[in-house]
Amino acid sequence: MSDGFRPQVSRYTTGARLNHWVTAISLILLAISGLALFHPSLFGLTALFGGGSNTRALHPWIGVVLFFSFLGLFFRFWKLNLWNKDDAKWMANLDSVMKGDEEKVPEIGKYNAGQKMVFWGMSILILALITSGVVIWDQYFYAYTTIDQKRIAVLVHAVCGIGAITIWIVHVYAAIWVRGTISAMTKGTVTAGWAYRHHRKWLREEARNKATPAE
Amino acid sequence: MATLEIARQSATRGGITGALPLKDTFEVAKLIDVSKCIGCKACQTACLEWNDLRETVGVNVGVYDNPHDLTENSWTLMRYTEWDNPETGRLEWLIRKDGCMHCADPGCLKACPSPGAIVQYTNGIVDFQKDACIGCGYCVKGCPFNIPRISKATEKAYKCTLCVDRVSVGQGPACAKACPTQAISFGTKAQMKDLAQKRIKDLTSRGYKNAGLYDPPGVGGTHVMYVLHHADKPQVYASLPGNDVKISPVVELWKGVTKYAGMGLIAFAAVAGAVHHLIVGANRVTEHDEQEGKKTLDGKIKESA
Repeated sequence: MSDGFRPQVSRYTTGARLNHWVTAISLILLAISGLALFHPSLFGLTALFGGGSNTRALHPWIGVVLFFSFLGLFFRFWKLNLWNKDDAKWMANLDSVMKGDEEKVPEIGKYNAGQKMVFWGMSILILALITSGVVIWDQYFYAYTTIDQKRIAVLVHAVCGIGAITIWIVHVYAAIWVRGTISAMTKGTVTAGWAYRHHRKWLREEARNKATPAE
Repeated sequence: MATLEIARQSATRGGITGALPLKDTFEVAKLIDVSKCIGCKACQTACLEWNDLRETVGVNVGVYDNPHDLTENSWTLMRYTEWDNPETGRLEWLIRKDGCMHCADPGCLKACPSPGAIVQYTNGIVDFQKDACIGCGYCVKGCPFNIPRISKATEKAYKCTLCVDRVSVGQGPACAKACPTQAISFGTKAQMKDLAQKRIKDLTSRGYKNAGLYDPPGVGGTHVMYVLHHADKPQVYASLPGNDVKISPVVELWKGVTKYAGMGLIAFAAVAGAVHHLIVGANRVTEHDEQEGKKTLDGKIKESA
């Protein structure tokens, strides 16, 4: 059975994929510009944005794009990311999951516990980042907070930024390690085999739900 | 300045190669004797004039402070306080010339992300380099004295330079030169400390038993010092920070352990991913999975062409 003849299951609509990639591009730009202003050894990255002043000016605007873009993802996916008892079992068998053996864990719906933690982690961090970011966006909001509040905000912003970058690494690594995942965000589909292996409960639901046939 | 050597600069590890440490050359200092100040604002005017700055015309709200705060154009400001001395019952008119303190351990320099935007010369002067400044305002957060101001027009940070351009050619700062009562003196830090002791002795003899020098050790001492008649209460001088002033611990945390731990965590995550992949290998969908998946779908959907 060659690749082209494998049955495909639809995982993401065009809208969801577009929403995801706008978020992804903003997040990468934010990570690069943020790190450039965070650690002096990375200051050279500001050249990618046309110098230090431009980096400083652009970073918050990209943050606004990311916030609203992520808000879109949040409302699309929050229900599917609610924690349930299967997630606890998945977490309990994390060691076998990490070895690539998912036979011990219960059948998983659209998202497993790891994906849910990425979702909620990013949600909390992005909320903290936009809030602390506005506090230190001196160009427009300098007058609204005290310097002491800005000091706390700049520390919170740095810590949350590091957290978001770390989660992003986990997210990207998982997509690479678990082969066959990336097509979900490029073509919008995964193979039935992929769904069977990693999200069997979701595959069964899709099979029952003939109203939304895959392409 | 060509005649000054840089000891430290922002966002640069280990300072400048070959530079003399701060203490090995003579440090300069400005001594502001608050007890001799008559509040004439000649220093403010001289500062504007020498540095070719213009302050916008403000609004009189019934106080002497003009402008109302330091600005990107007003690098020094007379701050007036009407203080009711509870010990004597006398109303005292306290006047403090505010401006950059030129800390030996500058919070602005520590916070600055742009290499070389803030420099400290070996004589102790802390100076902003406009060309490298990106206008982020981190210096404002780093400064324990609330001194730097960001210009809305140029989006750069400004503050007193201690007239580095004058000092480098052997002159004193413009404010010191203009002061009609010699409330502002300039020289080596050692000279200024000696002068301060003479003034403190005089003030003490005249009943100011708490007269003293303001050279806060928490920031390594400053290169702008005050003689205060109430050195035990610096706060009464328009909220001058106490003698224990230091760089905010939040700023130290941000620019210290967070920087190293943060980069470490990111690097660890990336390396952990690579190592995991090397050990476990790709998590591939097997032929068995595909067949079971197909069965699960039960032929209810069309296969892709």
